[in-house]
Amino acid sequence: MNSRITDRIATGVFYTIAAIMVALLLYLFYFILSNGLPQVTWDFLTSPSSSYQAGGGIRDQLFNSLYILVITMIITVPLGVCGGIYMAEYAKPGKITNFIRTCIEMLASLPSIVVGLFGLLIFVNITGWGYTIIGGALALTIFNIPVMVRVTEDAIRSVPKEQKEASLALGITRWHTIKTVLLPYAFPGILTGAILASGRVFGEAAALLYTAGLSTPTLDYGNWNPFAENSPLNIFRPAETLAVHIWSVNTQGLIPDVREVANGASAVLVIAVLLFNILARWLGSVIHKKLTAGK
Amino acid sequence: MQVAAAKETIFKINDLNLWYDDFHALKDVNLEALNNEIFAIIGPSGCGKSTFIKTLNLMINMEPGVRMTGEINYKEKNLLDSRVDLVDLRRKVGMIFQKGNPFPQSIYDNIVYGPKIHGIKKKSELDEIVETTLKDVALWDEVKDRLKTSAMGLSGGQQQRLCIARALATKPDVVLMDEPTSALDPISTLKIEELMTELKKKYCIVIVTHNMQQASRISDKTAFFLHGRVVETAETGKIFSNPEDKRTEDYISGRFG
Ligand SMILES: Nc1ncnc2c1ncn2[C@@H]1O[C@H](COP(=O)(O)OP(=O)(O)OP(=O)(O)O)[C@@H](O)[C@H]1O
Ligand SMILES: [Mg+2]
Repeated sequence: MNSRITDRIATGVFYTIAAIMVALLLYLFYFILSNGLPQVTWDFLTSPSSSYQAGGGIRDQLFNSLYILVITMIITVPLGVCGGIYMAEYAKPGKITNFIRTCIEMLASLPSIVVGLFGLLIFVNITGWGYTIIGGALALTIFNIPVMVRVTEDAIRSVPKEQKEASLALGITRWHTIKTVLLPYAFPGILTGAILASGRVFGEAAALLYTAGLSTPTLDYGNWNPFAENSPLNIFRPAETLAVHIWSVNTQGLIPDVREVANGASAVLVIAVLLFNILARWLGSVIHKKLTAGK
Repeated sequence: MQVAAAKETIFKINDLNLWYDDFHALKDVNLEALNNEIFAIIGPSGCGKSTFIKTLNLMINMEPGVRMTGEINYKEKNLLDSRVDLVDLRRKVGMIFQKGNPFPQSIYDNIVYGPKIHGIKKKSELDEIVETTLKDVALWDEVKDRLKTSAMGLSGGQQQRLCIARALATKPDVVLMDEPTSALDPISTLKIEELMTELKKKYCIVIVTHNMQQASRISDKTAFFLHGRVVETAETGKIFSNPEDKRTEDYISGRFG
């Protein structure tokens, strides 16, 4: 066949697929936002959810989502970055490294409900903690660490070889080179990756159902003592997150305004994830510009 | 001046062989480089010049699958048998790469990077290092008013001279240069060549170059590499006017390579 025509057909096919994807995404956003945004009022965001009456909000769920996210990232980022440095700089190519890499990939692709059940066994039952924020965060850590390892490894590998050579050739130790040359250079990539991973953690439901639980105790936002029962900062309390809340009101909600609450919460969730993505791109490009700026 | 005084031997290479996995890249290399001289390495692409120069500060160890036999004596210490301190070695044996590779930091920070990590903390001392090394590489006048601006804003030739200054800042004995001017315009090239002639008063310089004129202009000794072997090594004047080996003659007269 004429290669010109083949080329045209191929181009056409790719454009069509791209267009379908964009259209689908836009429709999804339109659907979720048009149904949900009218419900999202200041009152909705700042009042606690109710069990039987209409008019409940999502204050605690929103806080729980953010709090679990922060705890998860505090655990994941250092571990993931260290793992990534190891994979990029220290692991010798060979069977063992390949094995480690396979394990990491498997971990990343575990279905989240399986991770949730695993978390139920370990962080809820064996530890005897019951449903807790820390249990949820640890479960999320399981599939977040592989992502952070990957992101860090890629970011460090993408540092130009000349930069690394320049430092080593000056008689700088490997660890110092990692600290002063590789990590600063890889930082934007790692940060972008971390924020994107946050988006995923924020929207996760299945892994939290059986680890952080479906309820939240009555919280006193004036109590900042992390060991108090009713303190929002207590990591040993159950915490229903936004994504879990959407699931639970839909499946077992007794409130009359189930649809409204679910739609509103979905809109908030989608906007939050969208913000994470935009933030990641924006920060990434700003820092990149700063690093490579001419003057 | 004591013309008769023998120059100190900095590098003495005995029967060096090097393999990348199964590929035999350097074969029975024997060479000697003296202090206060410029030692040029020439040869066609792929003959092992970069490989060889990277053995002198053991940067070659970064490549996977490298194996070496023989001796690389640096000031009478064999780099291949004793457990040498790489950090110390590379401080003493500086290296300049084909393309200037400054860090994406200020000019000042680029130069003090090595000295700082090696323990010099005093601001006055660091300032002093910046000024002397930049003067050594004839860059001081061009950049003295913008030491705190990014090194990425310099021209290619300036970046290369900055990298030389950065290497000099750790007070080396030797400067290795792998095609340091191949990415530069003739004027920058000339500046760096002048710089090298100046530097050899204090250092031993080993340079890889594809540029025959450059080798003949600036170097004292020249070695011709071919397929991982040293075909001929001699005074530069002799190699270029009256080479012993037919292959050397063919190469420098441009008949192959
Ligand atoms: N890391 C490596 N692994 C395997 N083989 C290598 C590696 N680096 C270089 N070689 C091989 O070793 C030989 C010598 O390479 P080297 O880079 O030393 O050549 P060169 O003389 O510097 O060439 P050029 O003038 O093109 O820079 C080449 O055949 C090259 O393919
Ligand atoms: Mg080379």
